Amino acid sequence: MVEAQPPVSDGVHERAAPVSDARAEILGRIRAALADVEQDDARVEIPREYGRGGSLDRGALVELLVERIRDYAAEAEPVAVADVGRGVRDACDRLGIGRLLVAPGVPRTWWPGGAGEGDDRSLAGDDERPRAEEDDGRPAAALDAVDGVLTGCALAIAETGTVVLDGRPPCGRRALTLVPDRHICVVSAEQIVERVPEAIGALRERVLAEGAPVTFVSGSSATSDIELERVEGVHGPRRLLVLVAG
Amino acid sequence: MSDPLAAGPEFPQAARAALGDAQLRRNLAHVTHSIRAKRAAAVAELPDWEALREAGRAIKAETMRHLDEHLEALERSVTAAGGVVHWARDGEECNRIVGGLIAARGATEVVKAKSLTTEEIGLNEALQARGVHAWETDLAQLIVQLSGDTPSHILVPAIHRNRAQIRDLFRAELPGAGPELSDDPGALAEAARVHLRELFLRARVGISGANFAVAETGTVAVVESEGNARMCTTLPEVLITVMGIEKVIPAWHDLEVYLQLLPRSSTAERMNPYTTLWTGVDPADGPREFHLVLLDNGRSAALADEVGRQALHCIRCSACLNVCPVYERTGGHAYGSTYPGPIGAILTPLLTDLRAGATLPYASSLCGACYEVCPVKIDIPRVLVHLRGRVVREGAHGEPGERVAMSALARMFDHPRTYAAAQRLAALLTAPLRRRGRTITRLPGPLRGWTSAPGGGDAGRDLPPPQPSFREWWRRNRP
Repeated sequence: MVEAQPPVSDGVHERAAPVSDARAEILGRIRAALADVEQDDARVEIPREYGRGGSLDRGALVELLVERIRDYAAEAEPVAVADVGRGVRDACDRLGIGRLLVAPGVPRTWWPGGAGEGDDRSLAGDDERPRAEEDDGRPAAALDAVDGVLTGCALAIAETGTVVLDGRPPCGRRALTLVPDRHICVVSAEQIVERVPEAIGALRERVLAEGAPVTFVSGSSATSDIELERVEGVHGPRRLLVLVAG
Repeated sequence: MSDPLAAGPEFPQAARAALGDAQLRRNLAHVTHSIRAKRAAAVAELPDWEALREAGRAIKAETMRHLDEHLEALERSVTAAGGVVHWARDGEECNRIVGGLIAARGATEVVKAKSLTTEEIGLNEALQARGVHAWETDLAQLIVQLSGDTPSHILVPAIHRNRAQIRDLFRAELPGAGPELSDDPGALAEAARVHLRELFLRARVGISGANFAVAETGTVAVVESEGNARMCTTLPEVLITVMGIEKVIPAWHDLEVYLQLLPRSSTAERMNPYTTLWTGVDPADGPREFHLVLLDNGRSAALADEVGRQALHCIRCSACLNVCPVYERTGGHAYGSTYPGPIGAILTPLLTDLRAGATLPYASSLCGACYEVCPVKIDIPRVLVHLRGRVVREGAHGEPGERVAMSALARMFDHPRTYAAAQRLAALLTAPLRRRGRTITRLPGPLRGWTSAPGGGDAGRDLPPPQPSFREWWRRNRP
């Protein structure tokens, strides 16, 4: 069926002719296998009697999100909108972040200490603040030298303790929240939905229209591969802190 | 190259060996019991679990009925999003496509996220033969790869190894791991992190599997815990994803069902730490090239079996392994296939059109626990019974032992004197066994079928030696 190929050859040439053969043959096999299914078979209606929405009010959603993130042994705390910058600075201190990279689109008021417009940390002489700068698209290897990152999110799911990133401001590109070891994520209370179907529904348009890359983050990186003992932090950020502003 | 769907001896022989391994049985009992309890709690938390299961089943059933159309739609949407779609009839063709893509880019190493599908087709070995080293980056897969082993569980592939064994393995085989490395799981994970980080940052090609692929949007989903799949699908310039054709789902909103069913059934979490959903190529983020290889490798043969086709609904959660009394005792290796446990017992023979795993449909007590926990309601016991029928009808057995034994028994039941004589004879002949507390592993003559394996051989059922019969006892003791 398949003739022997040289061990190393041009990939494009190698797949040129056989591919369409394979496509036709596989589709043909599938159609033959489905001989019992009528050609004009009406689509079966999918029963979707599961819950599509939630019933909690905003305060309860904040509470549930915080509780569920903590269940993953990640950190989460509610914070007043006006206090986000202070919360980020405290978090940097606590997590030992000296160099912080900030996703584009993160409001200046969320920067460590709530840096105001035109504020220049190198001139401010404020030694307590971590050195923060906006992500400049540096290579992944350079991200490895960064202590932590600050991002917003696209939305959050209370029931599962999930923050959802969509690769757009203020979430940052995917590598930004993957390579550095500490991730501080700010969720605004009005971004919280209760259940998974609400989140999937809200994301559909930006995936369909823009092909936005979506990442669900539920707690920090973890493994249970050795004797089923949970170890926090393997390849992704080992520390995740979610500040819920509202 | 050996077929990973037909590796090692038949189940009855392999199971006998596994049952004698005390360490393995301890590890298995621990993992299956603890995940089992946690899964039950995670599932009980959702009041609409049964409605989600029914939706999960119905979406898959509907997808299979029009699989050709959904695959064509997926091809269109992935292509529109900047990806390239390839089709592979079998594992060999798939390995050649992937190998060719890597070679054309001059790469000699790739980083791989955990993928059962690439295990199934022996991709790593095929790439090695072309001079390309595939680095497994999931911690358990790394352990399995470094030890030259095969996975024994879908979710926790190295569960047959304990921490001391893993420490010794890392000290000997993991670049950068010194003799001071302890057996603390945290320290072992850290050693793997340090080793793999360098690879992630240097590799130009990443390979992944797919949990789901959405025909409507061209989106591929990978769920994981460690972050290694995020690394493999985000950092390299070129991403190659190998997916079985049954992983397609029609619509974006179908994800709302499976992203609830899978984590709770698999790791018993409300949500797994990371789910990555990418749609073709994003110019500003991630790989610059994306190739999706659609693999048949027996799936269309499984689809042709009207009862068995539901095995293709499987979302690889491994809940059925953890509740199975047979798996709990034998472990995954005894199944001799990439797909162990109850689902493997139906998937392996279906994917190979009974060329492999003909004894596997018998590796079950038909207790039904697997069906109860299956998040997409695959009726595994029904398919097992159906496949037993196919195995017998299609002559996949070497020896019709059980049929011969049953007809011999029928003759004896018809002739009471012959029956009584046979019982006395059996009791007499087996007296030495009873005294030593042994069991009978092989019956003589036409009765051999009872103890022989379905495929022949001597490792089917064990038989306790017959005690003096009730008839005998009554004759001696009646007042």
